[in-house]
Amino acid sequence: MNLFAEALAHLFDPASWQGTNSLGLRILEHLGFSRAVLLAAAAIGIPAGVLIGHTGRGRGLVVALTSGARAIPTLGLLTIFGLALGIGLEAPFLALLVLALPPVLAGAYAGVEAVDRQVVGAARAIGMTEREIVQRVELPLAAPVLIGGVRSAALQVISTATLAAYVSNTGLGRPIFQGVKAGDYEVMLAGALLVALLSLVVELVFQAIQSAAGRRAEPHTVPARASARAPERNTA
Amino acid sequence: MIEFAAVRKEYPDGTVAVEDFSLVVPSHAVVVLVGSSGCGKTTLLRMVNRMVDPTSGTVSIDGDDVRAMDKVQLRRSIGYVLQAGGLLPHRTVADNVATVPVLEGANRREARRAALGLLERVGLDPALGDRYPLQLSGGQQQRVGVARALAADPNILLMDEPFGAVDPIVRDQLQEEMRTLQRELGKTILFVTHDIDEAFALGDEVLVLRKGAEIAQRGTPAEILAHPADEFVSRFVGAGTARRTLSVREVDGRRIVVDGDDRPTGVLAE
Repeated sequence: MNLFAEALAHLFDPASWQGTNSLGLRILEHLGFSRAVLLAAAAIGIPAGVLIGHTGRGRGLVVALTSGARAIPTLGLLTIFGLALGIGLEAPFLALLVLALPPVLAGAYAGVEAVDRQVVGAARAIGMTEREIVQRVELPLAAPVLIGGVRSAALQVISTATLAAYVSNTGLGRPIFQGVKAGDYEVMLAGALLVALLSLVVELVFQAIQSAAGRRAEPHTVPARASARAPERNTA
Repeated sequence: MIEFAAVRKEYPDGTVAVEDFSLVVPSHAVVVLVGSSGCGKTTLLRMVNRMVDPTSGTVSIDGDDVRAMDKVQLRRSIGYVLQAGGLLPHRTVADNVATVPVLEGANRREARRAALGLLERVGLDPALGDRYPLQLSGGQQQRVGVARALAADPNILLMDEPFGAVDPIVRDQLQEEMRTLQRELGKTILFVTHDIDEAFALGDEVLVLRKGAEIAQRGTPAEILAHPADEFVSRFVGAGTARRTLSVREVDGRRIVVDGDDRPTGVLAE
């Protein structure tokens, strides 16, 4: 039997999904951990990006941060954090946060920045407060690009979260590292397949959210329902 | 009543948008500021709702210095119409019109219902209320912009080249309707345009501005046409050009009006 078939056999073996070594648990760990990283990245990156896009101050910072951070190898960062913080989730959490923050920040900033300044100016001129401008004008119009940033961060985090097992034995990285160490390559491949599958599912979910946001930001491009159709244009 | 008292606007880079400008816009009157782009007319308009604060001098409304007022409250109490409407593309037409009343805490459903009435008032089918701005023609969007400005029933309307982006036929129609609307509503309107014909068509009083918002001439359209103050105004209104020098000729017992090139432009009313 070749390795691929063995990996599939391992995946479909009920025993792989039971007890403390259950792949189901690994998936939950993997998702939970990725979610925590993404939430932290969003909690920092979205407000910061929106603020920079809204005020136009700090553009240089975004550019420097995003291009700079992309050059940092996550594994190297994880090793440094691991040495400093020891075994546990803290080091991979921080390393992945550094990975996730730039796309989230860039998406939020670029989305808000791209909102038509005339629309924003008009909103201000008719008496919206800055907070109302952000909440009612900039955020809904920036949402597709903003969510695009989170989506790309999610994809990177899900696939790179395997590294968490390097220092904390958690998530789908665990069968991968175990498989490598013990020479059980079918276990390793099964873990890798699950990571790929998970990435795909998450990608699809974000794609759906993003297009929903797109429809809300540009409702005129959505074909009107027959009932909502207004009569012929008879006025100027 | 809007009063500009010796206002000046100088930007940090040294450009002076407005040198020294004073004007009283009487209540219920339409005053038009007309001038080429960059003459400071829009800056003056934006001083009224504090989108721009003057470097020196004061702007007051009914005797109260606008600088003592809360910016947001001030802006909500003044109708503002700008070129291409400045509508929110992700909100329906009705929601756009209802924006300020809703911000002010009005019930959303009632504000929407009032918005539909306003659409009718500016000559739009209320059924358009469920559409989105970009599904409307330029002229329709402009009307929505006017409806939105009227939604909070302000005493003052500021209009910044509102009809600049629509074609001439629609523009004439919008100007005509604006006159009708103004006869019913009697708002105090400060209107900015670069189009002298639009200024003459709408203004009770017209101010021709030079660079730095210097007043070249101020008067009713008739006064300015009859006696342009100087060469600049003359050129600006096109005095002496074929279009402005009309004469009467008799054709088959009717008196028609021809321009300087002998092209007929109308019939003299009997």
